[in-house]
Amino acid sequence: MGAGVASSLSGVNYSVLVDVTLRAGIADPEGATIERALPALGFSGVGNVRAGKSFRMNIEADSESEALAKAKSLAERLLSNPVMEDSVARLAQEN
Amino acid sequence: MSRIGVVVFPGSNCEYDAANAVADLGATPVFIWHSADDLGDVDGVILPGGFAHGDYLRPGALARFSPVMDAVQRFAADGGAVLGICNGFQVLTEAGLLPGALQKNRGLTFLCQPSTLVVASTRSVLTRNAEVGQHLSVPINHFSGSYTCDDATYNELVANDQIVLRYLDNPNGSRDNIAGVSNVAGNVVGLMPHPERAMSTLLGSADGRVLLSGFVGLSASVSA
Repeated sequence: MGAGVASSLSGVNYSVLVDVTLRAGIADPEGATIERALPALGFSGVGNVRAGKSFRMNIEADSESEALAKAKSLAERLLSNPVMEDSVARLAQEN
Repeated sequence: MSRIGVVVFPGSNCEYDAANAVADLGATPVFIWHSADDLGDVDGVILPGGFAHGDYLRPGALARFSPVMDAVQRFAADGGAVLGICNGFQVLTEAGLLPGALQKNRGLTFLCQPSTLVVASTRSVLTRNAEVGQHLSVPINHFSGSYTCDDATYNELVANDQIVLRYLDNPNGSRDNIAGVSNVAGNVVGLMPHPERAMSTLLGSADGRVLLSGFVGLSASVSA
């Protein structure tokens, strides 16, 4: 099933996920700490751990691309600080 | 006598320290609630420390959209003296009034301790009474105080003499030990340490006075 769900409103509600992570080259002390903790728990061979945030939202739009464009815009304006973070918006898989 | 606005966001908690410091230096502090769309008749404005809007999302991320920030933007653009302390510094970077960003401290620990600052530039409204190379003991009290910026921004900071203060022993992992920066013109300054808490030797240090007296004094001359 697709991500679009018909609503009583004018558009369609799209379930969208936005991931925010620190940009490459920006030190990530949280990710590094998690990475260092893993061997103690028996997990080996795990590297490049980066910590971030995930946001889930419903966006009313006429198309998937419009929903994603809106998500990208709000992610760059508010959810992330482009000085140090990257953001990626994608449609959520329906459960 | 100069009047210094002290912006109060929901979650600010250093506004009285800032106001008391301003009053101690002979100026008149004026509290400005974050929903105000006008700063009123002030000669300078301070964004104090704390946790504006709970620091939700990121420190300063929501505060930059408070109505008062439009007024602060206009005031800064007109050459008005603007000082962001700790959380106020974070707000100024989020608002784009100062370059760079503050991320979580290296080591992921909340730091509450005295720090030794080295004056790097006296071109700013905060450091004009200090001397380059002067050491100042000023406390820090933050979790997200590690100054970061890309190479292009860093090169501009150096070229324009915008690095105002450095830590002697970089407690939070800031790029090039940066503790405070200014805009190109020098009228907008932000720093993570708390000069308003270094106003009396009885309480550990009076080194904040050389910084804040410059800020208050310049504000007075701007208004004259």
